Parts: sequence; C-alpha cells; structure tokens
Amino acid sequence: MPTGEPHIALSAPVGDTCKTTTCYMCACRCGIKVHLRNGKVRYIEGNRDHPVNRGVLCGKGSAGIMQHYSPARLQAPLKRVGPRGSGEFAEISWDEALGLATEWLGDVRQKDPSRLALFTGRDQSQALTGWFAQQYGTPNFAAHGGFCSVNMAAAGLYTFGGSFWEFGDPDWDRTKYFVLFGVAEDHASNPIKTALGKLKARGVKIVAVNPVRTGYNAIADEWIGIRPGTDGMLVGALIHELLQTQRIDLDYLVRYTNAPWLVIRDPGAPDDGLIARGENGKPLAFDKKSGTLADATLADIAPALVGEYRLPDGRTAVPSFTLMAERFLSAEYSPDKAAAITGVPADTIRRLARELARTAFEEQITLDMPWTDWAGRRHETTTGRPVSMHAMRGISAHSNGFHTCRLLHVLQILLGSIDCPGGFRYKPPFPRPTPPPNRPAGKLGSVAAGKPLPGAPLGFPQGPEDLLVDGEGQPLRIDKAYSWDAPIAAHGLMHMVITNAANADPYPVDVLFMYMANMSWNSSMNVPAVLRYLTEKDPETGDYRIPKIIYSDAYFSEMVPYADLILPDTTYLERWDCISLLDRPISEPDGPADAIRQPVVEPDRDVRPFQTVLIDIGARLKLPGFVDDKGAPKFPGGYADYIVNHERGPGIGSLAGFRGADGKSYGKGAANPKQLDAYIANGCFYHHHLAPEQRFYKHANKAYLDWAKEVGFIGAADPVIFQLYLEPLQKFRLAARGHGAVQPPASHRRRIETFFDPIPFWYAPFEGAVLDEAEFPLHAITQRPMHMYHSWGSQNAWLRQITAENRLYIHRDRARALGIGDDDWVWITSAIGRVKCQVRLMEGVNPDTVWTWNALGKRKGAWGLAPDAPEATRGFLLNHLISELLPEREGGYRFSNSDPVTGQAAWYDLRVRIEKAKPEEAGESWPRFERLVNPHGEMQLAVSSFGSEFREAAR
Amino acid sequence: MTTLPESTGKKLGLVIDLDTCVGCQACATSCKEWNTGGYSAPLTDQQPYGADPHGAWLNRIHGYEVGEGSQSRTVHFPRSCLHCETPACVTVCPTGASYKRAEDGIVLVNPDTCIGCKLCSWACPYGAREYDYADGVMKKCTLCIDRIYNETFEPEDRIPACVRACPTGARHFGDLGDPTSAVSTLVAERGGFDLLPETGYKPVNKYLPPRPRRDATTTPAAPDVSAANGSDDGSVSARFFAWADKMLSR
Repeated sequence: MPTGEPHIALSAPVGDTCKTTTCYMCACRCGIKVHLRNGKVRYIEGNRDHPVNRGVLCGKGSAGIMQHYSPARLQAPLKRVGPRGSGEFAEISWDEALGLATEWLGDVRQKDPSRLALFTGRDQSQALTGWFAQQYGTPNFAAHGGFCSVNMAAAGLYTFGGSFWEFGDPDWDRTKYFVLFGVAEDHASNPIKTALGKLKARGVKIVAVNPVRTGYNAIADEWIGIRPGTDGMLVGALIHELLQTQRIDLDYLVRYTNAPWLVIRDPGAPDDGLIARGENGKPLAFDKKSGTLADATLADIAPALVGEYRLPDGRTAVPSFTLMAERFLSAEYSPDKAAAITGVPADTIRRLARELARTAFEEQITLDMPWTDWAGRRHETTTGRPVSMHAMRGISAHSNGFHTCRLLHVLQILLGSIDCPGGFRYKPPFPRPTPPPNRPAGKLGSVAAGKPLPGAPLGFPQGPEDLLVDGEGQPLRIDKAYSWDAPIAAHGLMHMVITNAANADPYPVDVLFMYMANMSWNSSMNVPAVLRYLTEKDPETGDYRIPKIIYSDAYFSEMVPYADLILPDTTYLERWDCISLLDRPISEPDGPADAIRQPVVEPDRDVRPFQTVLIDIGARLKLPGFVDDKGAPKFPGGYADYIVNHERGPGIGSLAGFRGADGKSYGKGAANPKQLDAYIANGCFYHHHLAPEQRFYKHANKAYLDWAKEVGFIGAADPVIFQLYLEPLQKFRLAARGHGAVQPPASHRRRIETFFDPIPFWYAPFEGAVLDEAEFPLHAITQRPMHMYHSWGSQNAWLRQITAENRLYIHRDRARALGIGDDDWVWITSAIGRVKCQVRLMEGVNPDTVWTWNALGKRKGAWGLAPDAPEATRGFLLNHLISELLPEREGGYRFSNSDPVTGQAAWYDLRVRIEKAKPEEAGESWPRFERLVNPHGEMQLAVSSFGSEFREAAR
Repeated sequence: MTTLPESTGKKLGLVIDLDTCVGCQACATSCKEWNTGGYSAPLTDQQPYGADPHGAWLNRIHGYEVGEGSQSRTVHFPRSCLHCETPACVTVCPTGASYKRAEDGIVLVNPDTCIGCKLCSWACPYGAREYDYADGVMKKCTLCIDRIYNETFEPEDRIPACVRACPTGARHFGDLGDPTSAVSTLVAERGGFDLLPETGYKPVNKYLPPRPRRDATTTPAAPDVSAANGSDDGSVSARFFAWADKMLSR
C-alpha cells in the first residue's frame, strides 16, 4: 500500500505570546520562557540567556504546566468551622480573612509580640518575611533552613565566608578533579547537571561519596558507598594523609588563613584557647623574619606555622596550625581507623588523598590574568589548584554536620583551592566576613508590646554575649534558636516550633503563622506527635494548645486542615517575586545576579500572592515601614510596589540592577519606577559581570573587595581571612568552663565543652551513639527523586506517572541475611515507632543502610489525589520514625534531634531494624491516618486530554 | 501492508550518552509537554490523579542496575522510537498510517488514517509505540518534526524538545546518514552502538556506552606512608612539623 503522507504544519508558532519569568518547581530558580496560546500555558522552556540554567530545564521545570493547572489548588480564603483536622471550612472573602488575620496579629502585638511565631518554608522572599517579623517585633521567625542545610551554610560562613550552592560553586570549566559529598538529586538541580555534563565532556574524574548510588552518583567514575554520618571521619583521614605526605599548600595558609595566628595556652584562664592579640586588637603571629611577635594581618611578615612562643605577658601561645596538625596527624584520623568507621577501605582513602594532591599540586593552572591582592601587590598571573568539591544535605542533615562541613572546608583550604581557577569559586555577594557581622535581634528587653525589634531576627552570634537567653540561660525564642541548645542556629529550628509551642517549652504562642511548609506531614519529624500537638486542647481553657494557626499555601497540602485561617496563594506563574541579593542569591562566580517573577497568567480563583497579602496585613497593623507618616499603606501596589520602592539601606533595595532615576546604576541607587519593566525587557534577570581582575581570590582581591564595598555587599574592603581555628566556638566553650557573664546552665556545660571545639572533629551521630546498635543495626535515610526534588510532585499528573509510590531499598546481601526477598513487605522499627512498607533489593547501597524516596507518601485525600492513589495506599514516610527529641539525659532534659552547634535537624541520624511482615499484612503501607477532605470539594478527573485545545493550531 | 522508501536523503536521529545521563526525566517531561500540544496532541493521561495514573509518553527513562558487587553499576536508559531504517512497525501497518519519510527517515503516524489496530506496537521490539486510549490512535516520537524545521524558531532551537531540555547534554540530534556530521563523529569516537541489532531493523538512533570506571577496581593502591616510615614512633609527625617550619612569605 502506498503511503498517504499527511500535511504537517512544520512551522506552526508555539503560541501567540511568550513571557520570561523564573521557575519555582524547586529552589534552583532557573530562567524560563512561558509560551501561551489563547491565554493558556502551551509550553515552558529554559531561557538560554539565563545565568542559572543557560537554556536547559529539568524534569520538574518541564512539568510546570501540570503544577499550575493542578486540581489541588486552593480556590478562596477559608475559615475553619469544624474541629481542627476535620477539614470543615467555610469559604470567606479576602476582606474577612485579612480582617481576622489583622485582629489576631494586632492583639498579640499589643500584648507580647513574641507570642507570634512566623515560620516560612520554601519561602523565596525571606528578605520580606524576615523584615515583617522584625517590624512586627517578634524574634520568632525563620524559614526552612534549619531543617534543610544550615550546617552547610553556617560552617561555610564561619570558616571562609562562603558555602556551596548559592554562595559558591566549583570552577566547572577548569576543575580537573571533582568530589561530590552527600548529594542525591538535590541542591542544585540544573547547575549540577549541566556541570556534570561539562566534566564528562572534558574527561574530569568525578568521585561521589554517598551511601546510595543513584542519579549523579551513578555516573561518577568512582562511587564511595560510605556509611551515613561518617563523612567527617573520611575527610579527617584524607587530611591525615595529606599532612603525612606533606602535600598541603603552606604558602596559601599563611596568606589567606588564620593558621599562623597564635592561640593562648593557659589552661584554666578565661582566655585559654583564644587568639593572642596585640594592643590594637589585631591577632598576633610569630614573624620568622624579625624573630618577634607581629601583627598577623601585616603583609610583609614571614609567619611561623610551627612552634611555641612566649607572649609579652609571659604566657605561651602556639600557631593555630600546629594545634590542627597535631589533631589530624594523630592515629585517631588514620585511614585504618577511618576504614572501620566509614566502611571505606584504607587503601581507597590513601589513594583518594594521593589523587587530590597530585591534581592540586602537579596540575596547577596558571591563567594569564593579572590581579592585585589586598595589600596592593600586583600578580601577573592567576594560579589555581584544580580540585573541587560540592556537598549538601547528606553531609549537613546529621547531628555532626556542622563539624563535618567544617572539615570539608578545611580540606579545601589545606589544598589551596578556595576561589582559584579550577577550585571552589565564590558567588558574589560572597565572600562575606567570617562570620557575617549581623547578630540576631531579640535579646532580653528588646521585645516590647507594639514595638519593632531593633534588628533582624536571624544573624550570626560571635560569642555567648550574642545569645538570646534570659538571666537563667533559658531560651528566648520559641524554637530555642540562639540558646545554649543551639547557639549558632543561624536559620532557626522550624522543626521544633510546633512541639515547643504545644508544650509551652519555653512558652506558649498565641498565633502560629506559616507559609509554604507542610509541617503536619513530610516536613516534620514524628508526625503522629505533631498531629496531636496541633489538635490537643488545654483542659483548663478549652482552647487548642496552639490557639490560632494561620497558613498560606497554594495547594491542598496535609497542613491545610490543621489551620484556622487559610490565605490561598497563587501558583508561580501568577505572581510577582524577586530573587534578591538580600536573600538567597542566584549569582554566578563571574558576577552577581538577581531576578524577578512576573505574572504570565491571571489567577482564575479567588487567590492572592502571599507576599502582597503580608504587605497588606503589615499596613493594616500599621507596622513601621509598611505605612507612611499619615498611616497610609506605603506599598499599595503590593509586592511589585515593594520590590521596586522598598529600601533596606540608602539606595539599596530588593533588586540590584537598573537602579537610579535613569536605570543605569548597579547595586546602589535611587528607586527606579521603571525597574520591573527593565528586568522584563532583560529576560526577568540581571547579571552583572565582574572585570577579569576581580574574578579570583575575591577574599583577598583588592579590585573585588573595593567594588563589593562600593555596591554595599560588604561593610569594609578588608580581606576575608579563613578561620581554620574557629575562635567564637572557644568563647562558648570558655563560658561552659565558668568564664564570662553569660554561662550555660549546668545541664548544658558538658555538651558545650564537647561540641564547641574550635578545631573541627568527627563524632558519632547522636541517635547511633545513644541507641543499642545491635537493636537498631541499620541506618535509614531518604533521597528526593530528581524529578520531584524540592517540589510537590505528587499532585503533578505527569511526575506522578513516573513515581507514585516508594519502596524501602536494601542491599541484596543484607536482605538475604534477613530472609527478605524482592517485593516483600516489611516492618521498619525505630526507637519511637513502626512503619510498614514494601522493599526493593539493590546492589548500589551501603550494606548497613536502607533508604527510600522522601515525601512520596501522602495522606489519603490530600493534594487532590483520589483516596486510593498509590501515594496514600503504598507510599510511606520515614518521618514517623524520627524523633524530634533525643532521649532524656543530663538531668532529664531532652535536647532536640539536631546538631548541637546550629540546631540543624538530624534527619539522617535515624537507626532502624527491619523484619519481614506476615503474609496477611502485605498490600498496604502503615501507619494510616484519617482521610482528609478537600474543603473546595473533590474533583476526580478520569482522563486528562491536556493539549487537545492546541491541536488545531499545531496541524 | 505499508512500503518503505528505498532510501532516505538523511537519517535524522538521536545519539544518547549513557555515560552522562543521570536519569533526571527532563527529556521525558519536556517531550510530553511539547508533544501534548504539538503534532501528536493530545498525549492523553488516564486517571491522572487516581489509583493507576498512566498515559501516552513518547520518551521514557528506565533506571536499573547491571552486574554485581564491585562490578555493579547503575544505568539510566532513555527509550524512544529509534527511527529504524527498516522498521517493521511501518511494514505491518494495514492502512499506511505508519510511514517512514523519504526526505529525512523520520518514522511517523498519520493520526487521520491510523485505525488503532496496534499491529505496529506488536511489531516494534523496542516498545517505542504508545497507544492513546482516549484518541484511539497510536502515538510515537516524531523527532519533534514540528520543531526541527520550524521557521518561527531561532535556528539553535530547531532541535527536538528532549535535546533542548537535557541538562547534562547527554542527548544529541543530527544526521546519522552523514559520516561527517557531529553525531556520526561522536558515535565513531565513543563506540556508539545499536540497540538489539540482532532484530535486524537497523535503528538510526545510537547509544554511547558508559566509559570505563576509574576506581579501586582499575587503579593501583597508593603506598602507605605510615607503614613505610613507621608512624608509631611519631617520626612522620616530626618530619611533617620540620617540613612546615620553613620561612614562608606572604
């Protein structure tokens, strides 16, 4: 039969309109082009000009259409009318909703502003939400960083004024050896994917350290299937090997770090272990050239790294480097010792150390790029040690994460590979001082009825005097951030807010106000307990223990039924947003970048963007900054108005590009009424390009530092000195030894003494250390599927066709030993509970580890899914097994299940055992919770023919 | 049954790098997104929010492990129509709806003449055909025929949606009939291979194999300095401190 070839419209336009904006399917914030036809979204593609994704788009980004048209979208403001959790709501008007919110929040503010806890989840507007909390006057604000990766951020900022991901990246185009630690499919999405492609194309060796071999780890040249929570020991052993083989960059250490700074050795003294300082307050070093003590910050000295020196007062001091080298040269960090702890063979550790050293020192890069250092000395070329690393949640989500992250950065620094060609590179506005100068606000006496806080709630303590504690050393914040429980809790402890508020520990709250955080489900530890805390009533008052809960979300998540007032948000395609340098930037190493979202479609529901709503509430409350002198709203145009016109400091606003009356200023400049138009014309972003002489060694680069000061990124153009030895930690430790005005309660002294070691170290994660390992022999961890990382994939009609249920993955040999076969149903038991699920056997997993995809399990009825959706019937969460509190100790007190330095949630410390379920127990996961009912009604679509409306135009 | 062109001017197809693919699904969802509103519109989904969500996808990614122990590896394998030179899916078609284009070798289905008999999906050994239950016709990869010649696009965007989206650069599009093309060069350099060559359908698409690993199985162990020098007596540490105690200028 002959072919009857049809006519094909080879050149049909995609749509009738194309608008640029910024993706929000995860936290990457890629530039996208949204094509519309007849007002409907036809196609979303990556923006080739955008610095983050350069045109590509991930599996989530391309499924954005289904997120935007999800049947789980909330339709209108809701007021709870039945009991909490029942899902009985009445739809109300925005006037009523905003009136209620204002009334509740106004009452609290006039009584005690700290009785409002404002916690936001995957919030990309923390510069606004944090400022709202400050102007309202509550210290109880944070976003989701405390249960995500604050260990990574804090350890990096305190150590070298940067961190991974948003603060810096490997020099992907030049690096010759790359090690990836604890990254499954997450932070960041497209940048890591494109980078791995580049490394592959150049034949660069990729080493992946991860208990599980999926995704990025699957394509590595070498996979190190490490035991969870032991990465710090592996890194310590690498350092041990580099020291033993004399393969570290001593010149780099004396130039850029505090390695030569002298540490006072005077046991028992109030300044033991602090840095010896001269009369001008500058740190001292021993100058080998003059044979005397000298200001360690001077350029023309020859600082000693080894030895013991006498201070003018007769006491002795040693270079901090000597202390550090002593620790890592000891047998405690030998590859053999590390092999027993990590499961990585000692030979492999030695070989990795050799490969790192060989690449760093024998494959040095020299670029023909002159630059001038902080002391004004011109260098004709820029040299670099081309080894690089990246790490994320697998490292940070442990109770030893802060020190493990520090160890990782110390390794980078010893190799001389920070901000050099081929190494790690800062992304401006980083580097910042170590640590950044802002301290947390909310000290005793600074929270007052009807008054704003004197500063931003979040900051970086530099010693006990910066803690938010009362006279007895008890916490002033609801999440106990910046208390002796978690002194450097730079992102707060969102995972503890509901528990603490319900237990009135340290005090109750009147209103809990949350945004975009599924705290009654996959964002909380110990979900059954959290549901109890959300619904329990105080028998004396008859009120809920948390009397009022306001929640804003775009979708019918598991959290919605537990709130009293719902402020429905828009989807990401219906809103203005700004990706600000004041918040979490999207910069690149060659220059800072920021971006906006613009509405590309109008909402078809009675919903409003949360940021505009918050600004409205701020004005109704007459908060300073939200109203003008006459009490009229200062930003009547909502968030878009705020983005353009709000000034954080003189000439500094949300967006750095197109400032000034003529739109030609960068960084600082008057508000430009046409700024958003300028951004839209530029593809909804602005990328400033640094001059070549500013691009490397930014921490010590005069041209960069001068410019960074000029545009307001840093307060002074001083070099950023890497803190191998972290003096602020020693200050906390001295307090625990009984020195100073602010001291920890007796119950906390041993803990502070142990964990506030100024030199990083590895210790066993808490859960494993307190439990009987024979009873709970397995580590249990989670990963997010690459096509769902950081987004709400379960409601997405396309993404859930790829993954709609999760299994517990277990090593084939381990399963065989336990008599468990593929597809068997098993019980997972932890110290606090049991979960039933189905297993899948695999090879590429550490044999002492089981794992699953996180957040796949959904509660029946949530997210617009049918009650028999596999997410609800066979999906499961490990959250139910993770305690938010550690077992009682030290006088009956229960610390949160967090890092003792930063308060980072220790998700991956979980220990379990597994047993085969009985045959009659197979088929459904457990525990089960009552079905949720969508207040807007159920909409079960039998068939989706999305796209049929475009057929005519396409043919 | 349907006849094939004697030869095609070009052999347009994909080259997929299994060494680089991380299994992120970007090519699958971007394909779904483009094609549900393009030539194949719609790619229907059954029970999109129900117990058994499934629909028509023109590109699917499978992840699996091969080998055991230290030789085991995880592979991500994207699967779509290979635009074979002698495709049985075309020759079995009773209506001529399935056909291979003479000018570029792309295998297409004419939705107006497809009767949904599914013979083609039985004939295809690669499982590359997708029946749309709502539309009642067979759907398949078109190599984004409505993109690759689209004059309303910038020239660099005249590529299939999957290639356009792929973040790792694991997907390449071009003329595999031209031995000098970039894709042909890549196939030659990297040992690109045919899928199931024994079935004899001569697929145009090629796969690039994972590169040999560089780990403990292929790299000799490093010497143990402590063992060689004896660390117990502290001499390694002493030598380190002597080495570090040098005149270092800033």
